[in-house]
Amino acid sequence: MLRFIVRRLLQAVIALFVLSVLLFAWLRSLPGGVVSALLGERGTPENAARLRAQLGLDDPLPVQYWRFLQRALQGDFGVSNGVYRGEPALDVFVQRFPATLELSLFALALALVLAIPLGYVAARRRGGMLDTGSVIFSLVGVAVPVFFLAYVLKYLFAVRWGLLPPSGRQSVGIDATHITNLYVLDGILTREWDAAWDALKHLILPAIALSSIPFAIIFRITRAAVIDVMDEDYVRTARAKGLTSSVIRVRHIMRNALIPVVTIVGLQVGALLGGAVLTEKVFAFQGIGQALAIGFERRDYPVLQVLIMFAALIYIVVNLAVDVAYALIDPRVRTK
Amino acid sequence: MTDPTAETGTSPVSPEDPDHRSAFARMGDRRKRRIDELAEAGSLSDERGVSLWQSAWRRLRRDPVFLIGAVIILLFLIVALIAPWLAPHDPRARDLIGQVTPATPIPDPQPGYPLGGDNAGRDLLSRLIVGARQTLIVGVLATLGGLFGGLVLGTLAGGIGGWVDNIVMRVVDVMLSIPSLLMAFSIAAIFARPSQWTVILAIAIVQVPVFARLLRGSMISQRHSDHVLAARSLGVRAPAIVFRHMLPNSVGPVIVQGTLVLAVSIIDAAALSFLGLGNPDDSVPEWGQMLGRAQVFFNTYPHVAVYPALCIIVVALGFTLMGESLREALDPKSRR
Repeated sequence: MLRFIVRRLLQAVIALFVLSVLLFAWLRSLPGGVVSALLGERGTPENAARLRAQLGLDDPLPVQYWRFLQRALQGDFGVSNGVYRGEPALDVFVQRFPATLELSLFALALALVLAIPLGYVAARRRGGMLDTGSVIFSLVGVAVPVFFLAYVLKYLFAVRWGLLPPSGRQSVGIDATHITNLYVLDGILTREWDAAWDALKHLILPAIALSSIPFAIIFRITRAAVIDVMDEDYVRTARAKGLTSSVIRVRHIMRNALIPVVTIVGLQVGALLGGAVLTEKVFAFQGIGQALAIGFERRDYPVLQVLIMFAALIYIVVNLAVDVAYALIDPRVRTK
Repeated sequence: MTDPTAETGTSPVSPEDPDHRSAFARMGDRRKRRIDELAEAGSLSDERGVSLWQSAWRRLRRDPVFLIGAVIILLFLIVALIAPWLAPHDPRARDLIGQVTPATPIPDPQPGYPLGGDNAGRDLLSRLIVGARQTLIVGVLATLGGLFGGLVLGTLAGGIGGWVDNIVMRVVDVMLSIPSLLMAFSIAAIFARPSQWTVILAIAIVQVPVFARLLRGSMISQRHSDHVLAARSLGVRAPAIVFRHMLPNSVGPVIVQGTLVLAVSIIDAAALSFLGLGNPDDSVPEWGQMLGRAQVFFNTYPHVAVYPALCIIVVALGFTLMGESLREALDPKSRR
């Protein structure tokens, strides 16, 4: 077990190292190189020459990479040259991460709560109306571009019917105290119920849009896994022994069927991070997704670099955790 | 399986007893039917020999999911092929430019222009029809690009093995450790002047690790199979074994994956345009580009976005339906 965790950790560290090399190379392969990326509109030849000397861009590449790595480990990724002009790029991430975390957790919870029971019921009534309907629904769910779904939801529920707020994280009139910057949680902790309710209303539409793809994939994996497990001998044995159907359902079917679901949930974090860029842009939701969207538009490379690095870091850590959890549940994985 | 009494004709049943005879005849029929069934399932081969593809085709042509997908894709291909003759107007002609004013940026539907125009006064219907071709080109080239990259990496890793395999798989792991949409955005952002080609390249690179893993897995599972051992013992050179004996057996999974990737490519192209990373030149319309650029009109003239979105959804669904039913038909586990 320990060996498995160590090996998996080592893999993650190697992936992060290669990723940092790639990001270093990425910043260097940009149009005009790092100087014009950092200077933006202030890119006069004199400024550029001064910055080249200042950044040591005439040094050999490995030396430059070493310097880049040292700075990065100290949290210095340069200064934004986009809408957050002058702000350290790392601060953009720190300030905006809680918003994306809150939105992603809400979207993932929504996907899990809907997809797993629906997947189970669909598998048990295979070929029935509910099964066919939800399979079609999940196939369409993958085919709809996330940002289009976001616009449709926003148009119908916010613009047309005015049921939910169209953008942002909190209404202007609300005066809320922030502790964790997860606005719903803050509202609950401080017992400012109206603030919590207001933040929750702002979360609903973006979370539905963001959860569409994870929902569809988790549903299909759950359904397939339950169908596989239902045919297993041990389920038939349990039934023959006369166990009650709820015991069979929980201890024999779901416990085994959820193993592949755990893995796929880890991978969905990637879909959530990518989808957040699109969804947060539509709903002007002030998280790292929106910062990335604006960064891509304005070519704000220092900010993009930080955000991509951390997005990948989160993704790697989550999947590392999933793999370890997976090995704890299922001993067969460790020996592979 | 064979019944000697039935074969030799020395039946214990007297000719005067027609009832018994017919009972035996019925039994024989049943046995023949059973053999047919087994042959169809691929576990027993009759004189004609039933290959994987023949049995898959037998399943597919009765599978409504496949048929619906195939009809959608066939229609899409026909429209893409004959688009210039099908479109009522030149997609570049600004016929309705006179009706484009700051107050009414989108010309209304009118006789001869059933869907109205876009914000440059061009016929929306003609642009949708002609857009089918460019959408197909982007999807196919991105998928082929990803397949080619995956083929090179997967064949190196699976065919040679050893340290080559180790290095290639580390690269693939790193590529998979970045959320795929984020990676597509980052690659597209490298280019100072985005074009149709940078969009295709960005989507293709993201698909490389998926195809590489698939092909490597397929190669490794065949390395010790009988047909490869036989070829090796006959002195066939390694490259010939890989290309003539191993790759042909990977065609099935590659086609399944390719069909699914086509759907993803078309949707990703729309996401890139939505973030301003798409092709800025709209003289040749493409659905993703049309949808991405319609974002400014979504709350005022939703139809400008809804039409290209519907085209994308239907075609992506068509490819997904085909891919999923192909996967099931080619999977030996589900051939019952």
